[in-house]
Amino acid sequence: MSVAPPLLAVEGLTKSYGGIHAVRGVSFSLRAGEILALIGPNGAGKSTCFDMLNGQNKPDTGHVRLLGEETTGKKPREIWRLGVGRTFQITATFATMTVRENVQVALISHERQLFNLFGSAPNFDRGEAGRLLELVGMSGYADRPCGELAYGDLKRLELAVALANHPKLLLMDEPTAGMAPRERVDLMRLTAQIAREKSIGVLFTEHDMDVVFEHADRIIVLNRGTLIAEGSPAEVRGNPQVQTVYLGEGLVYDARHREGASA
Amino acid sequence: MRAKNYFVGAAFALLAGGMAHSAMAQDIKIGEINSYSLLPAFTEPYRKGWQLAVEEINAGGGVNGKKLVVISKDDGGKPADAQTAANELVSSEGVAMLTGTFLSNIGLAVSDFANQKKVFFLAAEPLTDAITWSKGNKYTFRLRPSNYMQAAMLVEAASKLPAKRWATIAPNYEYGQSAVAVFKKLMSEKRPDIQWVDEQWPPQGKIDAGPVVQAVAAANPEAILNVTFGADLVKLVREGNTRGLFKGREVVSFLTGEPEYLDPLKDETPEGWIVTGYPWYSIKTPEHDAFLKAYQAKYNDYPRLGSIVGYQTIKSAAAILAKAGSTDPEKLIAAAEGLSMPSPFGEITFRKIDHQSTLGAYVGKTALKGGKGVMVDSTYKKGADYLPSDAEVEKLRPKD
Amino acid sequence: MAFYVVQFLTGLASAASLFLVASGLSIIFGVTRIVNFAHGAFYMIGAYIAFTLTEWLSGAFGFWGAIVIAALAVALIGVLVEMVLLRRIYHAPELFQLLATFGLTLMVEDLVVLVWGPDDLVGRRAPGFRGAIDFFGQNIPSYDLFLIVLGPVVLGILWLLFQRTRWGVLVRAATQDRDMVAALGVNQKWLFTSVFAVGVFLAALGGALQIPRDAVHHAMDLRIIVEVFVVVVIGGLGSIVGAFVAAVLVSELNAFGILIFPKISIILVFLVMAVVLIVRPWGLFGKPEAPARKTPGLTVNPWRPLTSNERLAALAALVIAATLPLFAGNYALTVGSEIAIFVIFAVSLHFLMAVGGLASFGHAAYFGLGAYGVAFLAKMAGLPMIVCLLLGPLLGCMGAAVFGFFAVQLSGVYFAMLTLAFAQIVWSIAFQWVSVTGGDNGILGVWPSSWAASPSHFYWLALGVAALVTIALRAMVFSPFGYALRATRDSLLRSEAVGINAKRIQWTAFVIAGTTAGIGGALFAYLKGSVFPDNLGISLSVDALVMVLLGGVETVSGAVIGAIVYKALNIWLVSQTDLSKLVLGGFIVLIVVGFPKGIVGMLETLAQRRRKTSPPGSPLLVKPIESAE
Repeated sequence: MSVAPPLLAVEGLTKSYGGIHAVRGVSFSLRAGEILALIGPNGAGKSTCFDMLNGQNKPDTGHVRLLGEETTGKKPREIWRLGVGRTFQITATFATMTVRENVQVALISHERQLFNLFGSAPNFDRGEAGRLLELVGMSGYADRPCGELAYGDLKRLELAVALANHPKLLLMDEPTAGMAPRERVDLMRLTAQIAREKSIGVLFTEHDMDVVFEHADRIIVLNRGTLIAEGSPAEVRGNPQVQTVYLGEGLVYDARHREGASA
Repeated sequence: MRAKNYFVGAAFALLAGGMAHSAMAQDIKIGEINSYSLLPAFTEPYRKGWQLAVEEINAGGGVNGKKLVVISKDDGGKPADAQTAANELVSSEGVAMLTGTFLSNIGLAVSDFANQKKVFFLAAEPLTDAITWSKGNKYTFRLRPSNYMQAAMLVEAASKLPAKRWATIAPNYEYGQSAVAVFKKLMSEKRPDIQWVDEQWPPQGKIDAGPVVQAVAAANPEAILNVTFGADLVKLVREGNTRGLFKGREVVSFLTGEPEYLDPLKDETPEGWIVTGYPWYSIKTPEHDAFLKAYQAKYNDYPRLGSIVGYQTIKSAAAILAKAGSTDPEKLIAAAEGLSMPSPFGEITFRKIDHQSTLGAYVGKTALKGGKGVMVDSTYKKGADYLPSDAEVEKLRPKD
Repeated sequence: MAFYVVQFLTGLASAASLFLVASGLSIIFGVTRIVNFAHGAFYMIGAYIAFTLTEWLSGAFGFWGAIVIAALAVALIGVLVEMVLLRRIYHAPELFQLLATFGLTLMVEDLVVLVWGPDDLVGRRAPGFRGAIDFFGQNIPSYDLFLIVLGPVVLGILWLLFQRTRWGVLVRAATQDRDMVAALGVNQKWLFTSVFAVGVFLAALGGALQIPRDAVHHAMDLRIIVEVFVVVVIGGLGSIVGAFVAAVLVSELNAFGILIFPKISIILVFLVMAVVLIVRPWGLFGKPEAPARKTPGLTVNPWRPLTSNERLAALAALVIAATLPLFAGNYALTVGSEIAIFVIFAVSLHFLMAVGGLASFGHAAYFGLGAYGVAFLAKMAGLPMIVCLLLGPLLGCMGAAVFGFFAVQLSGVYFAMLTLAFAQIVWSIAFQWVSVTGGDNGILGVWPSSWAASPSHFYWLALGVAALVTIALRAMVFSPFGYALRATRDSLLRSEAVGINAKRIQWTAFVIAGTTAGIGGALFAYLKGSVFPDNLGISLSVDALVMVLLGGVETVSGAVIGAIVYKALNIWLVSQTDLSKLVLGGFIVLIVVGFPKGIVGMLETLAQRRRKTSPPGSPLLVKPIESAE
């Protein structure tokens, strides 16, 4: 039986710091066009896990494969070249450059023109940059310096940048952190829409359970470095182990948080 | 007020440079460059010296009836800036000749400039042998006794010492290196039995004196050659005194008898060092008396060696200009070659063969008198007696 | 055996004075992030004031009292400087404070000569510590023993201060994270002032304690400042223990090094620093710097290519400059050539610093290598001028390729210090290798061929090359490479995440900047007709930094104006007055206070403001306040 490899396959990922297991034997996979949420309480190992996928951290053992190709131990920029875009928990953009220039940098890199010394960068792929900005609803901000943007706009800009190399997979670390509730919904809707249209797999970590349950196709739950549950939002919501883990924290907190926010 | 004008003026400096100074025909101008801001301790007395000379010359009717004017520039201790200044003096001020400089590399830079632009240059203070020999050129003359001459004067006394084990301490740059090299060469010629047991090369101005003194002491020399000066010398002497380095050892030291270097040592002046220098307090010649009296009357201060050099530089320049009767560089060279003139140290001559003056130096011993360092038993060494034979000089100097 | 013990103790005594000054610098940098170039000046003033007081006050109490009073008095001066000058510019671009403290240093060097006269001053010996103690036939000065004890005592006091007092806790917290302390509601102003005062106190104490061993003179500051920086960096910025260990390491290596290589002192500290930084990029006891948090909203003028009107204006300026030979004399033309060459030098550093965010403290190395390249080709190979001009800069290129490879592995102040170390290593080779480079007497007789010999021809040559270089580098800023370089400057994290190999981009920029500087150096060699180790020296590197900062580090081509203003002013002042440093320093300080974005930066902001007469109610900058998970 030969099946095409999944977009992302993670097998037995393990990482420990000074004898303490941050991540232990985590395995999961992700299909093209699927939106997968990685959740867990503080200290569950989400960030460590995430960093091992995007190349900022090396696992002790285990494998990460993208369409069957090993990416374990590769550098972030090499993983990007394989078609993985990403956004950061705290936005990372080129603060002194304009919104369009931010996207153009990614395009320049994608087209391997980084060492082109005498071309004209302001005119570089202006059309494509414009399309990407339009896609995330940032056309009106193209000439604004990035440092002037509101936080929600920076998040959208990051998304546009992440899409510049036609990624197969998007890794989004806490995509809605620090945003107003309204902006959260907008951003995730936009992400989901783009992912489905372009058949991009999305893996994101998230604190906000509303966002998770509303937008994820599937959820995996980490606790103390191990994977304790996996399934559809409904399955995970009903999982008693997950409820125990989150008792008094995630779900309950979130409910309160929502009330407070809408008041 | 003045400062504000500087700022406003800066913008116009470029434009003004070209046209501002239309030389007045009545004056003869000499351009003078020195490291006034970097080395004020040495250049201030020097400046006083040449200012006195200018005053005397003009009081005596100037040079061939024309008033002598010295235009002085600071080089900040940088060869490149010295060249900028030289250029300004020549192109913009229209000076008849260049004089001055203290540091050897600056002297060489200006000398090379003079050679290129065909300008007469009288180097005042730089000691490097290169300026008259290996890198000598026909436009450059030098007043002060060179490194070689100072070394030869010291060797004369040092070679009579019984000491066989010698160590050297010298600043790690061309002056220190060539001073040690010449001293060693001349010493070894006279005393083949000498052993050189240690050498220390602290960076100029940055001596870490404790370890250096300790290292020299560990080699257990019978005699020490010192070439450091200024603040380095102070530190060396203080550490050496405290650690007993100089006890029971002969020390021969370049320039230490010059008031510039001896006076700061005050009551820590080590006794019995054989040094070159300038004991202004014990020179009893009519020429020097006249100079001393005039200097003290004008400044209410005693002269340093720099005062002598500054004074004699301008006196020499005036003598050369007077004899040439022209400001044409070729005529100045012709006038200067072989020209003899009086100086506070007696008559000196600018040699035709290498353009070195025969100004000498005093060699004596250091001593403490009333809490101050002085030179005693000093004798004047004529420069002419401490230069190599003409045949050797011919070989050292490139043909013009 | 006894000798080695004594040599070791001697090294410790040297380490103690170094440590005092270095710890002050380290504390100041750790908290305020100010690269305090004036630290050496405070050290020097401490020595001068202590000299005067020890001559006045008599007796043992008088001497020690004088030392302490001097240090306190200088600390007070430090407080004034901090409140009047530095407070105004904490939010200026990085390193701008360096410019302010550099200006102060220049002023102080002239002021002490005005106040205390030009002569070297030799002060009293310390009462009770005049002699030496016999140790198995070797003499140890008792003052050395005093210093050996003092070093650890000061270390201990500082440790207690930082560990056991509320002030110390705040200082440590601020060293870790400045914004956090501000968020805690601590009065940051006074914290900074007090830290500056303590740091200056230590510097002045270090200077005052030199009275019994050293001569007090107006160049003391330069003697110590670079060495102290090196010690701080080897130890790890902000680490007091690190400064202590580094001071001991450097002093002991020197004490024993000179037994084997007597000429090693001149380069030792820089060798040690280069090795340490390559092996441990944050110094022995330093921690990796948290990625610098760029304050968003600081730079709001986005860079853009010149509009066609601006291009015409630039062209017109160039044409006017080109007509200078029609009415100016030879001197003005030569000065013009020199300024043009410094424009080349400054824009090359500007490219690295402003576009690449890599502030090199040793850029003169590549300028000087270009000059030496020309001198070697012209004097040894006897090649014609045009060939030398084309090939000479390659030496700068090669130097930049080798050193740049290591330097770009680091960032921030560590990058700056590694470039400084490399520059000093190159300098000392030029200085020491007499048979090839002529040592400090340099290489003479590198004069231009007849076609370029006349001042007007040379001026046109220099002006033309300067214009070409400026245009080329400007074009590169707006090339895909330029965007990538700016990207690495703005966010390493993001640029890696879009596939940019930041180190290679930065290395390329380093080589471009080094080669360009080499072109400047090549022309300089012909302008002066000679090459000296000075051409690679620290003061030239500092000049370049000043020109870039003066023009405005956040501008595209501010360095052009910075170079013209600084160089013209410098040449003119040196020609007009012996107090050029005082006036120039004062000018720099005024510029820093009046134009905290540099000359061009300020002009741009004014133009921007005029354009936006009615600011379009721009939404308040939303600052992300994130608590890490």
